[in-house]
Amino acid sequence: MPQVKLTVNGRSTSVDVEGRTLLVELLREKMGLTGTHVGCDTSQCGACVVHVDGVSVKSCSMLALQADGAKVTTIEGLAKADGTLHPMQEMFREHHALQCGFCTPGMVMTAIDMVNSHPDGLTEEQIRHGLEGNLCRCTGYHNIVKAIAAAWPIMHGKRQMATAAE
Amino acid sequence: MNDAPFEGIGASVRRKEDLRFISGRGHYTDDINRAGQLHAVIKRSDRPHARIVSIDTAAAKAAPGVVAVYTGADLERDGIGGLPCGWGIHSKDGSPMKEPPHPVLATGKVRHVGDPIAVVIAETKQQAKDAAELLDINLEDVPAVATINDAIAPGAALVHDDAPGNICYDWHLGDKAAVDAAFARADKTVSLDLTNNRLIPNAMEPRCALGEYDPTTGDYTLTTTSQNPHVIRLLMGAFVLHLPEHKLRVVAPDVGGGFGSKIYHYAEEAIVTWSAGKLGMPVKWTSDRSEAFMSDAHGRDHVSTAEMALDKDGNFLALRVKTLSNMGAYLSTFAPAVPTYLYGTLLAGVYKTPAIYVEVKAIFTNTVPVDAYRGAGRPEAAFLLERLVDTICHDTGHDRVEIRRRNFIPTDAFPYQTPVALQYDSGDYFTTLRKALEHADYAGFEARRKAAAAKGKLRGIGISTYLEACGIAPSKVVGSLGARAGLYEVANVRVHPTGSVSVFTGTHSHGQGHETTFAQLVSDQLGVPISQIDIVHGDTAKIPFGMGTYGSRSLAVGGSAMVKAMDKVIAKGKKIAAHLMEAAVEDIDFKDGKFSVAGTDKAKTLGEIALTAYVPHNYPIEELEPGLDETAFYDPKNFTYPGGCHVAEVEIEADTGVAYVVNFVAVDDVGRVVNPMIVEGQVQGGVAQGIGQALYENAVYDKNGQILSGSFMDYTMPRADNLPNITVGTESTLCTHNPLGAKGCGEVGAIGSPPAVINAVIDALKEYGVRHLDMPASPQKIWSILNANRPPIAAE
Repeated sequence: MPQVKLTVNGRSTSVDVEGRTLLVELLREKMGLTGTHVGCDTSQCGACVVHVDGVSVKSCSMLALQADGAKVTTIEGLAKADGTLHPMQEMFREHHALQCGFCTPGMVMTAIDMVNSHPDGLTEEQIRHGLEGNLCRCTGYHNIVKAIAAAWPIMHGKRQMATAAE
Repeated sequence: MNDAPFEGIGASVRRKEDLRFISGRGHYTDDINRAGQLHAVIKRSDRPHARIVSIDTAAAKAAPGVVAVYTGADLERDGIGGLPCGWGIHSKDGSPMKEPPHPVLATGKVRHVGDPIAVVIAETKQQAKDAAELLDINLEDVPAVATINDAIAPGAALVHDDAPGNICYDWHLGDKAAVDAAFARADKTVSLDLTNNRLIPNAMEPRCALGEYDPTTGDYTLTTTSQNPHVIRLLMGAFVLHLPEHKLRVVAPDVGGGFGSKIYHYAEEAIVTWSAGKLGMPVKWTSDRSEAFMSDAHGRDHVSTAEMALDKDGNFLALRVKTLSNMGAYLSTFAPAVPTYLYGTLLAGVYKTPAIYVEVKAIFTNTVPVDAYRGAGRPEAAFLLERLVDTICHDTGHDRVEIRRRNFIPTDAFPYQTPVALQYDSGDYFTTLRKALEHADYAGFEARRKAAAAKGKLRGIGISTYLEACGIAPSKVVGSLGARAGLYEVANVRVHPTGSVSVFTGTHSHGQGHETTFAQLVSDQLGVPISQIDIVHGDTAKIPFGMGTYGSRSLAVGGSAMVKAMDKVIAKGKKIAAHLMEAAVEDIDFKDGKFSVAGTDKAKTLGEIALTAYVPHNYPIEELEPGLDETAFYDPKNFTYPGGCHVAEVEIEADTGVAYVVNFVAVDDVGRVVNPMIVEGQVQGGVAQGIGQALYENAVYDKNGQILSGSFMDYTMPRADNLPNITVGTESTLCTHNPLGAKGCGEVGAIGSPPAVINAVIDALKEYGVRHLDMPASPQKIWSILNANRPPIAAE
């Protein structure tokens, strides 16, 4: 069985996988990182989004072997060691951007990449367009859009968390 | 306590459950794995209707990693029963509905695409999938019926031989003679044919079930994606597997959305539980999304004719409705109740129509079973009524706001007895309408229409004034209507020795935020900070009993049970306090977490009383048991009746026929609001599903019964860029018959919004003479209308 070596949430690891094993299966089934979810089988829903070398990727659309040598970050790897949440996590909570929580990990990972890749600003239209690949059935997206807009100035150092939360 | 932030009833407290969800530390069923766990894959029918000629399992059984392969014959040999239906309906003539067997694994015939035929259990899911491909199943096609109209056609193929005409029941409600008489003397009658499109709920978490068996005790545990674990235990234990309750534990941990689709007892739950016992190993099944499309219960699917009789002033005299409702191939758990007691009874809506008569035929087809989906019957009633009212305006020239006001049940007429069985306790439809029109700037709409036209867009505005019945329901009433269960709720409030509180509720949270809302409720009544309160749900081993969460019942019914249990805690606490402070029980007051002696400064905290109750050294032990732990069952006195007004504004691109909702206002009367933030989120989510039904979503079968909308590539789920911001206002009158005054907020969004959107689309197309448009208002439908009658907009 081939072996994949990768760094997940800052820890290097090597795992034996079948050639057909998907990255999401590696994370959930071999590494116990069940925060990354599977909501469909056609790469439509985005519940499985993780970061591969800093870029958001649907981990159901990538073979585990393709992640060889990559740095992968999952939802479990966002908070600091002391438990401090990532600003995007904080804003999701603050703005009630989640209900059942199932799409949330993928939403948060997509949202972080979206904010990172728009250093000059992010309009509501851009946010809504950027969420096209992530389905949520609970919120109607209204509060997710608000949470991402609120996280942008914090992540780009333009605003402190406390004021953004007001 | 005084410095603490207010976190009782009315505070938008941030949710307690969020921390685990935003950190990826939720525990959904598929996140749970057991040592030695095996994986089940279900082989499903790819044919809509066929005789099972033979099933050869030899090759599959011999495949690597395979532990077992079971078919319907194996289950029959073990005496496993079929899936039960929880609600019986009687036809007009008094005969019981046709209730054909619903085998866990198909025997004899398959009746819809997705009907389970066999289960393969292997060491890994991949091995089970590979082996399922090796099953040699010989099916002989027989003619199928995919739609209501095909199923009722003369000579149509029968889904079940013992249901002639494919009719499950032929039900009616109301006073036919009074309605006929009103139509005979009416100045005007308006008739409308309409369909309510079939939907697929698509909670984001696919269904999953994990069965376990302990041979040393004989105990079974099922962990499952359920909205009501006790109901699953009752149905599966008593009717399917014949296991007594004390040997069957059902756990519904974090559940990723339900919307009704996770109420029902599904075959896979029985399969994993039974096979875990056969094999002595844990067995897990997780649905693929493609499987979900053909095995989760679908929603809606009505074909109706509605007629209103009016006088010359536009007063509604009588309503006559004929509806055909698709049941699918088998009766899902609560399916028969949806188009009858959750639909026919709602046809008065917010109007004082004096006479109503409704006939409903439920029809079997070769499609996935249809059952309650967010709103369940009530969206169908609201869509029918609110489309009919706008059609009346179209035909007669009445103003759509004025005619609604004219026919509203007056605010001073409550309690109001409708002609279709329900008695509304409270409401104020004039205020919700007025506020919604204000928020939506209805008066300023014509300017926006002109501005849109200048950009080549057709803009329309639509309103819907709707009502629903929630908080299901008084057990005696629903029992008389065919429910095979009581519909009370249960709460156990346990005050621990040092004053923290655990509350065990029979309702279930799968996105609703109960761990926060209920904690606020308890904090408000007991004066304990919410950090000291845990809400426990979803485990039959921990919670005395419960009927679960659906029909917006959790706060109105489950919350009322909590209030009742807390009343008992306080009553007992007063006796303990009276003993400690040497006062009469009648002189003890309880407020803000303190028991005090009236007119003195003597007081004891709830924590002190709790400690005394568990360390009863100085205690009235002769009269009072130790402990502070009370349980209450609350049976509601009536349904609750949320209602309100939704206003949708749409723009249509004249070139493409694409309609967008550009503005949406919902003003709902949901009764007492505990957490406004959560209520707003519930309404927004419901509205999103309603806009989905109106513009995007459609479950489509071809004429042979093959499902065409079988994945997220084909079934249009609303996405972030399909939806507007949704303005939510609440305007409450209190429920008069439960201790909280709560009515329920989970479904209002999905009930009120579809007719508002379609009314807006038709308003946008009014220059084109459109009288009605069925959902979804797809670009193709709208483009066809625009191109059949081109183009007044260009001429402006």
